[in-house]
Amino acid sequence: MKQTVIALLMCCALWAGATSADTSQGATIAQQGNGHGAAPCMACHGADGGGQAAAGFPRLAGLPEAYLRKQLDDFANSSRTSATMQPVAMALSDAERDVLAAYYSKLPVPAPAASPPLKDDVAQLGQVLATRGRWSNTLPACEQCHGPGGIGVGDHFPPLTGQSSTYIGNELHAWQQGSRHNDPQQLMQSVAGKLSEADIAAISAWYAAQPAGVPKESQP
Amino acid sequence: MKSKTSALIIATLVLAACEHSTPQTAAPVAKAPAPASSAPKSASHFTPPPESAIPNDDFGKQVALGRQIFMDPGKYAKAYVGNQLSCESCHLDAGRLAHSAPLWGAYPMYPAYRSKTHDVNTFAERLQGCFNYSMNGKAPPLGDPVLVALETYAYWMSKGEPIGTSQPGRSYPKLSKPALTPDYARGETVFKRDCALCHGDNGQGQQAAGHTVFPPLWGPQSFNWGAGMELVTNAAGFIKANMPLGRGNTLTDQDAWDVAYFMNAHERPQDPRYKDSIPATRAAFHDTPDSLYGTTVNGHLLGQGGASP
Ligand code: HEC
Ligand code: HEC
Ligand code: HEC
Ligand code: HEC
Repeated sequence: MKQTVIALLMCCALWAGATSADTSQGATIAQQGNGHGAAPCMACHGADGGGQAAAGFPRLAGLPEAYLRKQLDDFANSSRTSATMQPVAMALSDAERDVLAAYYSKLPVPAPAASPPLKDDVAQLGQVLATRGRWSNTLPACEQCHGPGGIGVGDHFPPLTGQSSTYIGNELHAWQQGSRHNDPQQLMQSVAGKLSEADIAAISAWYAAQPAGVPKESQP
Repeated sequence: MKSKTSALIIATLVLAACEHSTPQTAAPVAKAPAPASSAPKSASHFTPPPESAIPNDDFGKQVALGRQIFMDPGKYAKAYVGNQLSCESCHLDAGRLAHSAPLWGAYPMYPAYRSKTHDVNTFAERLQGCFNYSMNGKAPPLGDPVLVALETYAYWMSKGEPIGTSQPGRSYPKLSKPALTPDYARGETVFKRDCALCHGDNGQGQQAAGHTVFPPLWGPQSFNWGAGMELVTNAAGFIKANMPLGRGNTLTDQDAWDVAYFMNAHERPQDPRYKDSIPATRAAFHDTPDSLYGTTVNGHLLGQGGASP
């Protein structure tokens, strides 16, 4: 019995040691860069990983680890293009991508920046697209894949809450134009292809205005 | 004694009502082979009224309640639901989508004589079966507020349609027979490539914040062995037209058949009509090549119901 407890304690200590090493390595690169080409992440993604709304730098904090890891690979292999992010990703080793994805996925979700109140028609269109889609044009609702309130689902479906309207709009346009084509089964290319400019403006503003946590009861 | 027996017979018939085969087509595969390309043509079909047209009065309240039940029966009809599915899991867009067995396709076609039950079933009886089988729950009694609200919703959605005329877009498409006999291993390949991202590597779906986002395809939280989706024809038609979500009609017919076979070659909750033994239950309710109940696939006798994934 005593031995088990000791073994357990040792094991936990080792485990804790391992994670904090990973996390601190991730934190170091985030704050200082890796010294061979990757600029400090926080310069653009914020000290808390919350991103910068006005510049369209995305929130990284609390995103699924597997999703973050995949995006770094996708920038590096150009299935997702960005003049800003590609050189950064290319300068990261496999191991560095691992620790950074782990680090950011464990950061607490920061409170989203306050966004201006939505006009009625924008709010209405945004809510319909988010919760009901437009099936007459075989467009599913965003939350059928991104989860209730857009909080994200599992490893492959990132949250949309806590991202700025600039960033959401940029990504939807990138899929329409083909500069981002890293989505599994072309799911987002197909979604974006069915959105008009007015749709993109409304849905981007709508998600940017939602709280980052679990949604309150949706009223159909 | 006599009245007891007939009550029993009626109960059995009602229970059997949602075997989920469309009343008029007795033997869907064999009889009328669909054209080679089974992708639904752009042929126009009935357009139900927009949701914004639900009236703001006491009638409209029942319509809205029916819609809520349809989209989230686990919440609004909790007592009658025994799994993580919703009606909308299989009838997309809140029961409005053509080729997804829409409510506007069904409502004007009841009461219907069903050769399978040798009886005429009302729309409400049809709905009862869906709770027994697809929802693996129990049927709300006739007249129950749940059935009233669902029927009101379907009625409202069907406004302006002719009664008793099968509309284009009703039901799921009937695919023509596959070139190759549906196959488990090929189906598994399709599943891993096109389905697992959402429905999970083991088909158990995914939840977020306590909501089912991607429903389970088999196992204890899915539809039971009495449900219409258990028939490979229904599953293949549904999958071809509606899956992967938002990208319907991108799979080949062969892929749809293979993955439907693979899905239905997994264990799920027992058929509530189970009687005596698996062979006897197969003989009574699953006596068709379209059902894998009671057959052995990959060394596993299907229909044991234990439903571990
Ligand atoms: C010079 C600014 C800048 C720096 C420095 C930077 N990024 Fe980025 N990052 C961006 C921009 C801009 C995007 C959005 C690209 C686009 O438009 O698709 C982005 C996107 C990302 C994404 C995708 C997020 C998502 O939600 O899909 C990840 C992951 C990421 N960055 C990680 C990092 C990491 C890790 C570092 C540090 C090693 C870093 N970034 C440094 C600007 C920067
Ligand atoms: C059929 C499933 C599906 C639907 C419906 C869907 N998405 Fe997505 N979405 C995805 C997947 C998968 C990804 C991740 C792509 C990747 O791995 O790069 C994604 C990613 C995104 C991203 C990028 C997030 C980031 O951090 O970079 C945005 C923005 C987005 N979706 C917006 C939307 C909006 C808005 C809607 C509704 C109009 C929507 N999505 C509907 C599957 C879906
Ligand atoms: C697991 C999938 C599934 C679920 C869940 C499900 N159904 Fe069905 N439903 C089917 C299938 C399969 C059919 C048979 C379609 C056919 O015969 O072509 C069907 C048929 C129907 C029909 C008759 C359609 C017609 O045209 O005659 C109605 C009405 C119906 N379902 C209502 C419901 C309701 C209400 C619920 C929720 C309580 C529900 N269903 C849940 C799969 C499902
Ligand atoms: C992008 C995510 C996604 C992919 C990929 C996907 N599905 Fe689905 N599937 C869903 C969603 C969401 C529903 C429920 C629809 C609703 O509630 O509106 C569903 C419902 C179903 C259902 C009926 C409900 C149930 O659990 O039985 C079946 C059967 C099904 N899918 C099979 C498949 C098959 C087979 C594939 C692969 C060919 C597939 N799906 C690919 C998202 C997906």
